[in-house]
Amino acid sequence: MSERGTQLAVGERRGMRYGLGLLAWIVGALWIFPFAWTAFTSFKNEQDAQAQTLHHGLSFGRYSEVSHSTTGTLSLATAFTNSLVIVLVSTLIVLALAVPAAYALAIRQVPKWRDVLFFFISTKFLPVVASIFPIYVYAEKWNLIGTRQVLIILYIAMNLPLAIWMTRSFFMEVPRELIEAAEIDGTSLINQLRQVILPLAAPGIAATALLCLIFAWNEYFYAIQLNFANASTMPQWVLGNVSTRGNFLAKLSAASTIACLPVILAGWAAQKRMIRGLSMGAIK
Amino acid sequence: MATVEYDAATRLYPGTSTPAVNQLNLAIADGELLVLVGPSGSGKSTALRMLAGLEPLDGGRILIGDQDVSGVRPRNRDVAMVFQNYALYPNLEVAQNMGFALRQQGIAKEERNQRVREVAKLLDLEPYLDRKPRNLSGGQRQRVAMGRAIVRHPQVFLMDEPLSNLDAKLRVQTRTELVELQHRLAATTVYVTHDQVEAMTMGDRVAVLRDGYLQQCDTPAILYHAPANLFVAGFIGSPAMNTLAVARTGPVEIAGTRIGVDDDLGGDRTVVGFRPEAVVVGSGSIAARIRVVEDLGSEVFVHVLIDHSGEERRLVARAEPPFPGQAGDSVQLGLRGAVHLFDEAEVRRATVTL
Repeated sequence: MSERGTQLAVGERRGMRYGLGLLAWIVGALWIFPFAWTAFTSFKNEQDAQAQTLHHGLSFGRYSEVSHSTTGTLSLATAFTNSLVIVLVSTLIVLALAVPAAYALAIRQVPKWRDVLFFFISTKFLPVVASIFPIYVYAEKWNLIGTRQVLIILYIAMNLPLAIWMTRSFFMEVPRELIEAAEIDGTSLINQLRQVILPLAAPGIAATALLCLIFAWNEYFYAIQLNFANASTMPQWVLGNVSTRGNFLAKLSAASTIACLPVILAGWAAQKRMIRGLSMGAIK
Repeated sequence: MATVEYDAATRLYPGTSTPAVNQLNLAIADGELLVLVGPSGSGKSTALRMLAGLEPLDGGRILIGDQDVSGVRPRNRDVAMVFQNYALYPNLEVAQNMGFALRQQGIAKEERNQRVREVAKLLDLEPYLDRKPRNLSGGQRQRVAMGRAIVRHPQVFLMDEPLSNLDAKLRVQTRTELVELQHRLAATTVYVTHDQVEAMTMGDRVAVLRDGYLQQCDTPAILYHAPANLFVAGFIGSPAMNTLAVARTGPVEIAGTRIGVDDDLGGDRTVVGFRPEAVVVGSGSIAARIRVVEDLGSEVFVHVLIDHSGEERRLVARAEPPFPGQAGDSVQLGLRGAVHLFDEAEVRRATVTL
């Protein structure tokens, strides 16, 4: 009773600590299991993959099979290029639009900024499946089916609300006095953004860009609906490895792993910056 | 350098019913250091920001030189501001911080560097020119903020409590340096503070604000010896002036004793005030009891209690060291010096010297 002050908290008692640590490892392993299993399967041959055995050893064979395209189907090179272009262009345009929007919602707030913010988020309320019909009709009308442009436009619309919300919150972290000082020092609006606000918000903008890249890269529904089978993005290409003839699990695993890799690598490279960006300003 | 004028300047924040700054009339001479002082919410910072252009005017005008700048954007007013939190650009080095405004004006690199170096020398910042603000102490950051303003040679310097974030000793030291600098540059400066000591020691003139209204604008000496009203009398000077409610007519009585002041302002008199140095402890006819003795070394402040009109009232007296009395002692008080008489509207109407 008199030792209450020196008693360790729940998480600090040694036994508990090991227990929680073990639990964390188990949860982590469970989390990564689907992807780890997929990657592992991709090195097996088809028989092993189907039967979930390991008789024939591991090799990179599936990867080379999957990378070679057969005429009439979507090749890895085409899909990758399409994805890359679409994702980069749409993210750049999203940022170019989100920054001025965030300025108007954070730094020099327009009178109805709350309503504006809600409007942006409200565009995400509509399920994609509900909107696909009118989108398809107009895409066909304007000869946009099977083009990169249509996906770029749609991904911009898809990512813009998120980008505006995130960028706005990072802009809110910039001290008001800094902007006032820049104003008094004779800085024009563009230079305020370039020289004062953006350098400070850079980690946050990087985090936003990364999220937009990831969401665009992984997007599947529009890509499938608005493109022909032989001209689409990575998600479509992955699906192209589902074959009606024979076993395909190993090849599919290889394709999935290839499709995930860029995103994982980008996230890995930028993780510090992302964490910093996402928690920026949390501690004042 | 230029003159500054507030002409019935008013600022009313949307959604509020009382103006933050109410019909302010102030004329600041070229090269003058004018201090805006007042308690929180008095409108002093708002008035400064109106001059900077960071707050719009809801009435009246503001002139810099002879130009009406009421509708002019901050960056076109040629004013420089030192913020309370310094507002240094964190991603730029000291030299870049100081040269920032010059760069915006398109001044060539050579001239920019030269001007920055000059000011850095003036402020002892030369060793820190390539450091980032986060690697500087508070005092150094404050000087960089000043340097950033000085390098611009603006028409007016604006300072919003620039010393508030410094520790007490550094504040006192920087205070005098600042005044010297201002004289040397002959720069028109508007300086905001809530600290009346700062106001009194720094200002050529001091403008006392309360709830958006200007109470009085005069030299420190006049403010001290001839306050316009009870608020100024109580705000300026530390310890604060002693004030007692007295009878409207007849001779002034303190603790039942006549003190020799007979003026009753035609029946309007309600309050008398006298500063601690006007209270003499040890000789006089007012009975008092010592509560606390504050010995500051160079002077002693004696806090006493008197029985005034049936109520216990506290007074502060100033005495020369060494002071023999102790808490609990009974003493006699007398008045010698200025005694101010205030009327019902809290205006000072007369001063008698005893």
